[in-house]
Amino acid sequence: MNTNNKLVVAVTGLNAIDSPGPGIAVIRALRDEFKENIRIIGLSYETLEPGIYLHDVVDKTYQIPYPSAGAEALISRIRYIHEKENLAVIIPNFDAELYNFIKLQSTFRTLGIQTFLPTQEQFDARDKINLYNFGKKYDLLVPKDKIIYHVGELNSCAEELNFPLVVKGKFYDAIIAHTLEQAQKAFYKLSAKWGYPIIVQEFITGTEINIAVLGDGKGNATSVIPMRKLYITDKGKAWAGITLEDEKLINLAKSFVAATNWKGGCELEIMMTLEGKLFIMEINPRFPAWIYLSAAAGQNQPATLVKLALGETVEPFTNYEVGKIFIRYSWDHITDVSEFQKISAFGEL
Amino acid sequence: MSKLRYERPVIQKMNAGLMNKFGTRTEYEPVKQIDGVSVASMIKEYGSPLFVMSERTIRKTYKDAVRAFKTRYPKVQFAWSYKTNYINAICNVFHQEGSWAEVVSGFEYNKALGNGVPGNKIIFNGPEKTNEELLLAIKNDSLIHIDHFDELYQLIEICEQTEKKPRVAIRVNMDTGVYPIWDRFGFNYENGSAWNALTKIVASGKLQLTGLHCHIGTYMLSSDAYSVAVNKLSDLAFKCKSQLNVTIQYLDLGGGFPSSNTLRGAYLPASDTNPSIDDFAEAITNAILNAGFRTDELPLLVLETGRALIDEAGYLLGSVLANKRLSDGRRATIMDFGVNILFTSFWYEHKISPAQDFTHHTEDMVLYGPLCMNIDMVRESVNLPLLNRGDQVVVHRVGAYNMTQWMQFIQMRPNVVLIDESGKTHLIRKAEDLKYIEQLEEMPQHLSSISL
Amino acid sequence: MQLRKNIATSESGFIFNPATGDSFSANPLASEIITLLKQGLSASEIKKNIQEKYDVENGQLEKDWDDFLLQLRDANLLDN
Repeated sequence: MNTNNKLVVAVTGLNAIDSPGPGIAVIRALRDEFKENIRIIGLSYETLEPGIYLHDVVDKTYQIPYPSAGAEALISRIRYIHEKENLAVIIPNFDAELYNFIKLQSTFRTLGIQTFLPTQEQFDARDKINLYNFGKKYDLLVPKDKIIYHVGELNSCAEELNFPLVVKGKFYDAIIAHTLEQAQKAFYKLSAKWGYPIIVQEFITGTEINIAVLGDGKGNATSVIPMRKLYITDKGKAWAGITLEDEKLINLAKSFVAATNWKGGCELEIMMTLEGKLFIMEINPRFPAWIYLSAAAGQNQPATLVKLALGETVEPFTNYEVGKIFIRYSWDHITDVSEFQKISAFGEL
Repeated sequence: MSKLRYERPVIQKMNAGLMNKFGTRTEYEPVKQIDGVSVASMIKEYGSPLFVMSERTIRKTYKDAVRAFKTRYPKVQFAWSYKTNYINAICNVFHQEGSWAEVVSGFEYNKALGNGVPGNKIIFNGPEKTNEELLLAIKNDSLIHIDHFDELYQLIEICEQTEKKPRVAIRVNMDTGVYPIWDRFGFNYENGSAWNALTKIVASGKLQLTGLHCHIGTYMLSSDAYSVAVNKLSDLAFKCKSQLNVTIQYLDLGGGFPSSNTLRGAYLPASDTNPSIDDFAEAITNAILNAGFRTDELPLLVLETGRALIDEAGYLLGSVLANKRLSDGRRATIMDFGVNILFTSFWYEHKISPAQDFTHHTEDMVLYGPLCMNIDMVRESVNLPLLNRGDQVVVHRVGAYNMTQWMQFIQMRPNVVLIDESGKTHLIRKAEDLKYIEQLEEMPQHLSSISL
Repeated sequence: MQLRKNIATSESGFIFNPATGDSFSANPLASEIITLLKQGLSASEIKKNIQEKYDVENGQLEKDWDDFLLQLRDANLLDN
């Protein structure tokens, strides 16, 4: 197999399951652009991530250590993979792994591997825990919240923010609580799972809109694609969604990038209230799972990110197709137990 | 023909989720020696379990910390936190390096004196100080850090009877944006108690107000909190100058810097996430330099760092007593050390390395200590190579608090050895024996004989 | 003690239990024992075999053997 001329890109988030990681969508967008000139290396954490077994999507998969094993374990694994595969670019797609990848950016660069990631400061600033201050600093509208460590603090949260409250875990999960009792239950549940602190947020009603954004790190939004979910699963994930045209949304994304110099992909979760106010509810520091829609609508964000990572100059996109719809579907892929055994035991497939 | 190396048979279920090893690769390396001295030979000579302290690591860590602060700020003084590890040999390594002593009881105070620390280089902290202890500290011109109003009045009363005007500071607690606020020690800044105490000290005419002290927490994972603390202490210092006409000579920022042990329940390893000593130095010195002190009135910066200076230098060597399988199929390994001597296993996920070669096969296991008590668990779940009875392990980063908070409970406390910079081992605290434990006991006559 | 029928083993030390769908990885000695069990050797024959080939004391092997049986039972690989 001659892979010498191919662009080798490693991608995480191969868990295209009912609450999918973005990896498979990212790969699909890359293949659209680079056709047969790309070799995709999957990086997986678990043994049943579907992408591992989809050999026409992922050329070869390597398991990598969980983020909790630390940066040292990750770099030694990436070195091993790089020796075999000569990686050009890595696109990490999980929130929890970004800390390590950001920390290792410069090490990757000395190995000849490019990334296109936010800085640690940008990453920290948009963290749920800091979001309120982030909004204040950049004059962006965000819901009020309180960071708490003790269940007793819920009382004062309720007084200040009123019910219903949104109780959020440090890393993931959010529960809407209508009573103090529900809030307490949510507090215990989320702190048991994700530790402290717990974020208690003002409940904002309206229409939820998501924006996939690619920032060039110099204050320009290279691509902005707003999408409204048409239907959601019982886990609140997008089932289907449609591209929107709204200057206000695009300007919000642009002003976010201009204020932060955001570098890389991200997703803004927006709530548009009845009065038309746009609240930023959350900022996910990586591509969303629906990112293929950006390619389908004419702004291939993953491919553009690879170009930016490789140092190419890319002019900001100006057009995209409005009214493009994605509908997510599931597919039972068939494989053999021997494949499962191989990835489990050798960490490669 | 020689026989093949034996390794006990194991099978491991391939889980859909938590598998995380890569064929022949493992994250473990055997640790067969410490500072060039073999683990096996130390256990042979001094027994198992055994605490080992590396003098080389202590001195290097100390010098690095001093450098981190002194390259950023002209006047810096460390004071060794006795409670972190008060074995005299360890204290003296710090004193040789130039560290003062920071003590929190009369017992520790006398230990410092016994080690030869001049009285005026001892900082006397803590909520309990008896009249006798205070008199001694006054006589020795030590720095007395007042913890509460009762102590302040106690001190003023004592001074009625002496000629001397002791040098004092108050401990200040405050909101630095971290949780929990350590408001049980000292006088609160926000509610005005701290200022109130300062005015009373000056008004008494009996005490020399010399410094301001705070200690904002332990295992602090944010350096920003120290900037906040400096700003609040500086604010008090300026008020002392302008309203009480007293120049504050030192700011004591206490301790609280973490080591690189990973806290139980933490997601990422501490070595990646915990701020370094340089981060803390940067935050603290920047804040003082920007607080607005005149150059000739810059206060001395005192630091009472304990854990971050000593944790790394301590190792606990131990041996496997037994293996067993629990009712749910999990493997359990029983070590000859437990929470009795490794107190910090209550809050750390201690790193543990085997001390001999092994293959790449590993098992998830619970590590128990030797006590006949259910709480005696060193690691709830750890993936280690297959360990057999008699195999030796090295527990890392145990230098702080274990040799002071250890318990003589069921088992006796083991030897502590120091490896000097030339690689020579020295016994610095002998293992306890029955005679030592019983020497303070007294037997009433009517109980002195039994017949069964 | 008997291994379940149809237990599939591969050269790389994989074990597959078709009755439950579980897969296991085995270290070399575990693989070897399972192969011998499949060939119908008795426990004592296998232990003798191991002692001739490996550097292990009888007491150690006895303990590890019992533990291995527990593992097999836990893994649902035994027939009773």
